[in-house]
Amino acid sequence: MSLNDEVELLRQVPIFANIEPAKLKLLAFTSERLKFRKGHDLCVQGDPGDAAFIIIEGEADIIIQMENGESKTVNKIGKHQIVGEIAILCDVPRTATVRASSDVIVLRISKDLFFRLVGEFPQMAVQILRELAARLENTTAQLAKALGN
Amino acid sequence: MLTLMAVLSFPVLYIFYELPKQIINGAIQGDPETFPQKAELFGLNFGFSVDHIQWLIILCLLFLVLVVINQAFKYIINVYKGLTGERMLRRLRYDLYSRVLRFPKGTFKNMSQGEIIPMITAEVEPLGGFIGDAFAQPIFQGGQLLVILGFLFAQNPFMAAAAVALYPIQLYLIPKLQMKVNLLGKERVRRVRTLSDRIGETVQGVEEVHVHDTSRRERAEFSYQLGGIFQVRYKIYRQKFFIKFVNNFIQQLGPFFFYSIGGYLVIKGSLEVGTLMAAIAAHKDLASPWKELLGYYQKQADSKIKYDQVISQFEPVDMIDEAAQTEEPKDNNSLSGELALTNVVLNDDQETAIVDGANIKFSLNESVALVGSPGSGREDLAMLLARLIQPSSGSINLAGNDIADAPESLTGRRMSFVGSGGYVFSSSLADNLYYGLRHKQIGENPDSEKAKEFQSTIAISEASGNSIDDPNALWTDYLAAGASNDDSLVEQALRVLEIADLTDDVYQLGLRGTINPESKKQTADLVLEARTKFLEKISNEKELASLVESFDINAYNTNATVGENLIFGNPTSDEFDMNHLGNHQYVMKVLDKAGLKEKMLHTGYQVAATMVELFADLPPDHEFFQQFSFISSEELPDFQSILGRVSKEHLDQLKEDEAAKLVGLPFLLVPARHRLGIVTEDFQREILAARKIFSDELPDSLKTDIEFYDSSRYITGATLQDNILFGKIAYGEAEASERVGKVLAEVIADLGLRKAIVSVGLDFNVGISGSRLTLAQRQKLILARSIIKKPDVLIVSDGLSAIETNVVEDIMKKLVSEMNDRCLIWVLPSVSQAALFNKIIAMKKGKIIKSGSYEELNSGGGIAKLIEDKNT
Repeated sequence: MSLNDEVELLRQVPIFANIEPAKLKLLAFTSERLKFRKGHDLCVQGDPGDAAFIIIEGEADIIIQMENGESKTVNKIGKHQIVGEIAILCDVPRTATVRASSDVIVLRISKDLFFRLVGEFPQMAVQILRELAARLENTTAQLAKALGN
Repeated sequence: MLTLMAVLSFPVLYIFYELPKQIINGAIQGDPETFPQKAELFGLNFGFSVDHIQWLIILCLLFLVLVVINQAFKYIINVYKGLTGERMLRRLRYDLYSRVLRFPKGTFKNMSQGEIIPMITAEVEPLGGFIGDAFAQPIFQGGQLLVILGFLFAQNPFMAAAAVALYPIQLYLIPKLQMKVNLLGKERVRRVRTLSDRIGETVQGVEEVHVHDTSRRERAEFSYQLGGIFQVRYKIYRQKFFIKFVNNFIQQLGPFFFYSIGGYLVIKGSLEVGTLMAAIAAHKDLASPWKELLGYYQKQADSKIKYDQVISQFEPVDMIDEAAQTEEPKDNNSLSGELALTNVVLNDDQETAIVDGANIKFSLNESVALVGSPGSGREDLAMLLARLIQPSSGSINLAGNDIADAPESLTGRRMSFVGSGGYVFSSSLADNLYYGLRHKQIGENPDSEKAKEFQSTIAISEASGNSIDDPNALWTDYLAAGASNDDSLVEQALRVLEIADLTDDVYQLGLRGTINPESKKQTADLVLEARTKFLEKISNEKELASLVESFDINAYNTNATVGENLIFGNPTSDEFDMNHLGNHQYVMKVLDKAGLKEKMLHTGYQVAATMVELFADLPPDHEFFQQFSFISSEELPDFQSILGRVSKEHLDQLKEDEAAKLVGLPFLLVPARHRLGIVTEDFQREILAARKIFSDELPDSLKTDIEFYDSSRYITGATLQDNILFGKIAYGEAEASERVGKVLAEVIADLGLRKAIVSVGLDFNVGISGSRLTLAQRQKLILARSIIKKPDVLIVSDGLSAIETNVVEDIMKKLVSEMNDRCLIWVLPSVSQAALFNKIIAMKKGKIIKSGSYEELNSGGGIAKLIEDKNT
């Protein structure tokens, strides 16, 4: 897969959707493409977060370690989804473990790079803002629903 | 010698002045009637006769001979003068440096590096020059002066007297003026010292300057000081040139008298023209010794000031006795008995007691913890025990020796101290580790050639009173470390590195180190074995297979650059610099032959286009250029203009240097990393073909610039790790380095290679002040240095602050058991570790408030309560 394919792929990730292709190309060029084998962890709950991942291929489980020591798979993510961005946005430890449930190929965007790009290209920040707001809205709705029950 | 030469030169000098008179009066103006005449000169009859011309030639040749002899005397005297001066300078510097080594610790509070360094280097330099002059100058120049004066007086006393009539005024006036200059000079020296101090402070405190935005104030202060120096220097110039004016004026009065009085006498016929001319010539020469002599007295006064100024700085009170450093102990046996403190008091500058009446003793096989709050005097007590500071009163007795008078060979070999002042020298790890084993030269330099060379310089060193030890000889005292040769010393080193928790770090450094496979054949062979094992291991396990892409002569390595793939070897010089392959003649020849040149040019064009597209919008100082771009920000506009001018279809329009630029770009591509989709499989195949041409046709002259990869051969220029991997760690594999490191460690452990690798790590150069190590690593190294010399008393105070607490505790446990029959004294930062020690000394406000076993002290409210200092 060449750089141009990666750019195509990035455009399908919502927060990057409206960013011009040239910037996405720079983003793709300056990030690492990594392969995680099935069963390996992309990140581990509690570790400091230093990168976000965009899934290019394969699937991963989002696993949360409960207080009682049990772990629970709370979500699954797949192609075109971004994961791990919370920890780099607000400097908290990883909130969940992400484990490859098949062989997974990701684009790893380091924290430095991510922030530098956001600083460089404000339109990206706006996109992220929108995405996060949408998620918040989603979570609030879910919470309301849960409380309503 | 100098004096003798000077005295010998005088008669020659006299004749030298006399001869021109004879040439003019006797030969040139001689009455032709009298020739041929007997050859007679200065009352000597040579016993043959000569005609007019012959006589002139003989006298002129004689004059030439005298010129040579005269200058030869000057030459020899100057050389000797220089030699004496250099010797004295060397002696002076050595002596000053020795004194620095003997300064008590407190001196450095009042005296900075910025003052000491210029004093030993620059300021004493003119002193050396003067000392050379000191012996020869007054006699040589004074004698010359007298000879010339004598000659002048012999010609005509009036004229001569008139010529030198003003000399006494000069003699009186000049020293007075000079005194002023000298005082100003003193002032200048003082101010420059302050200035260098200031610069040193700025460099060290530059962080504060940035943090508080005070650069403007710093500039102001610096400028103020420069202003002071400017004024002083300007005054010096004015004075100096005034002196010059007076001197020159008086000097020029001479000719005035010669022309007037001499001329009058010649006209009157009582003086011959030849005599007058000789007198004028002699007077001209009189100027130089007279000037030199005056200069000599000026310099003498100046040097005296400088010398006094320097020496007074190097005579602090309480300087360590010279004998304490030079004396060798009768034996090197371990100490046994007690360490006893009797009424030890330490006062600070304000006469407040920091340590107040310490009375304690313990046996030299105990482990002792010093506890107390910060400011309780615990660190000071530790330093007193190590004799880094002397007590204000009271005494400390170590196994029957009062350590106040003990030589450093006792305190420095039988004791050791790890404190906050520890320092890592800019040398190898090993040199730093063995530093404490190098007290004296114990053998010749193993390189006999060099040893001989050093022997030949000993006499010169001795003549200057310098050290005659060979710093490159064998100094490491194996026995002191419990070793008998290099090999067993490394064993000991490994042992102490383990205690200091430094083994892993050194192992990692070792993996990144290189060895000479000829001198360390065993290690090199093991590394090759490890290479095979490693390959086996990764090819047998599916999980690991893709982690490393091995070098294979028949396969393209997608994790290496195109350049590396083409050359397929390790460059041993700058000849095949990866960044400049596009300019290399032979590389271009190979591309041509492989039919690749056109393609490389096209590829280069493509790469350039991509780089320009990606990076053109970024500001030139953006970090991405350094991290990711193949083209630097300075070069980017050049490429932009190339791309704008020449289209892809018309690359033949490129100028030669532009083409070379483009051809060079693809060499840096790593397909697995850069994913530009440019290095296709076809392209890879073609590079492989070119690889073969490259190695087959490499001219002899370039053969030494490259080591081709060969799975059965050690790569001299590559690191141990690269030698074992013999390939590239794959890009795009998550955590590849960590996983490779694990496999590597397994292979290395299996082969028993770890020790060899750690010992390679010992060769690592730690950089200036150990800057290439982390602070924690430096502290561990300083601790290891103290352990390896097997001291009877080891004091640890404050020197491990950068190491994580749990690691320190680990080290502490290991060290307690290592020192179980010796004395370990530890200033504990936290009382929680006190239980590890036999004896605990609790301090509060400078006083020892309690001592005893852990149980004894811990009873009641506990140790923490005991030492709690509410006022701090």
